[in-house]
Amino acid sequence: MTGLIIYKAIMCVAVFAVSLGVAAYSTWWERKFAAFLQDRKGPSRAGKWGLLQPLADGGKMFMKEEIIPNVSNRALFILGPSLFMITSLMTGSVIPWGKPVVINGQSYALQITDINIGVIYVLGVASVGVYGIMIGGWASNNKYGLLGAIRASSQMISYEIAMGIALIALIITAGGSLSLKDIIESQDAGYCNFVYQPLGFLIFFICALAETNRAPFDLAECETELVGGYHTEYSSMKLGLFLFAEYINMFISSAIMAGFYFGGYNFPFATEVYAALGLQEGSWMISLIGFGVYFAKIVGFICLFMWVRWTLPRFRYDQLMNLGWKTLLPLSLLNLALTIVVEYFRGTIHF
Amino acid sequence: MQLTNRKVVVSNKEQSLAERLYLPAIAKGMMITASHLFKKAPTIMYPEQKRPIAPVYRGQHVLKRDENGAERCTACGMCAVACPAEAITMESAERKKGEENLYREEKYAKTYEINMLRCIFCGLCEEACPKEAIFLTDRLVDAEFERNDFVYGKDKLVEKMDKRIDVTKRQTPEVLAFKKIQGLKHNELYNGPKLNKGHH
Repeated sequence: MTGLIIYKAIMCVAVFAVSLGVAAYSTWWERKFAAFLQDRKGPSRAGKWGLLQPLADGGKMFMKEEIIPNVSNRALFILGPSLFMITSLMTGSVIPWGKPVVINGQSYALQITDINIGVIYVLGVASVGVYGIMIGGWASNNKYGLLGAIRASSQMISYEIAMGIALIALIITAGGSLSLKDIIESQDAGYCNFVYQPLGFLIFFICALAETNRAPFDLAECETELVGGYHTEYSSMKLGLFLFAEYINMFISSAIMAGFYFGGYNFPFATEVYAALGLQEGSWMISLIGFGVYFAKIVGFICLFMWVRWTLPRFRYDQLMNLGWKTLLPLSLLNLALTIVVEYFRGTIHF
Repeated sequence: MQLTNRKVVVSNKEQSLAERLYLPAIAKGMMITASHLFKKAPTIMYPEQKRPIAPVYRGQHVLKRDENGAERCTACGMCAVACPAEAITMESAERKKGEENLYREEKYAKTYEINMLRCIFCGLCEEACPKEAIFLTDRLVDAEFERNDFVYGKDKLVEKMDKRIDVTKRQTPEVLAFKKIQGLKHNELYNGPKLNKGHH
């Protein structure tokens, strides 16, 4: 029993640390990558290649004056960023990061918990994250903050529907299980789900951009018209939490996309590679290689997120709503119908 | 009647399917940004790397000494008169006995100040100087924290004895010849019957 608690504690701390570390270095890489895309150099003064920039940014955020407006609702004002941060960190708990490690005949999954409703858990927690933005924007008692919060919540609600329907189609192809581990394991032999669900992936990716509030869907905080959107009134580390949680969200959605559609820790000819290296089933090396592969895919997706951000201009609000309701929703329904028909004739589902 | 050839007919035609899908345009845009990944940044990392500047660059001024180390400036005020930004002020004093090695002429500048925030680095002071005393150099004026620190006095302007500043690039024979003619013109201007400034 104590062993279980220690193992779970280690996993929690590890996932927490990896999420925060990746998010911190995403901020650095975002600036660096943007600079490369725009023929600039990016941060280069703090440490080699500016690698200490996240630390400097964090230090700056801590030292800044903390301002809580008199007219704001103090409790909710503090709750907003906390909730946003908590929910974005919570989603990492159901993601399997690699194959189980066997130590002394005991198998340890590289996952905090493998609940059988993992997909629903992720969607549910992600939508609670909207409350963080909504509460934060509303509690600051500022028109811009409120407008940003309204935009963020309506955008997230609209895009969650298409996202959910795209996921239903994915779950049908992946064998009907809602556990993230099962979805990833179902891709270990044969093709990854992207081959069966290219349209579904496209819809999911666009929705993930909208869910993480990133360009071209960053209307919630669009500086050009709303000052700072929902975090207009925030300063110091509370602002830092909002910005930081967004990068964690980006990391988690990259992990989910890489896991759901691109096989997670599986890769082509994995069994042959492991056999060539002479690795036994359950060896920690297999887990490590699998984690490395998964991580590379995640980094690839993070780069894709950034690439999109530094290419596309922001959508107009009505265009955003049109795209969500009139394009993505019908497309995802079409994708679902096609999937059901194809899978029915393949014999994987029965009525 | 057609006035210009810049007329454009407004097009209100419906977007095609490809345009409405956004995706081809997005892919095109993303390829453009990706192509910039492989381009070299034209950045000059300033304190380590410096942009090459022209040998006759007009930067921070210097008050020259002559070959014996005496200050050339005689505080005639021609530079201050010529200065369009009114950046130069000076106070003159008479040379005492025994100061011949310090000051070249009987009169010298007790204080000489250039406000670097006013100065527009046009080089007219240099052109007006009859004693070849003031020159602009290829040195940059440093950043300061206080506005007052931009008023450079003689301590910063007069060249150091052990660190003479080479102005031969700016003092070519052609320049000297040109200044001579200009000097005569200036004299004409002051002595002549009519002050026709626009007729150099």
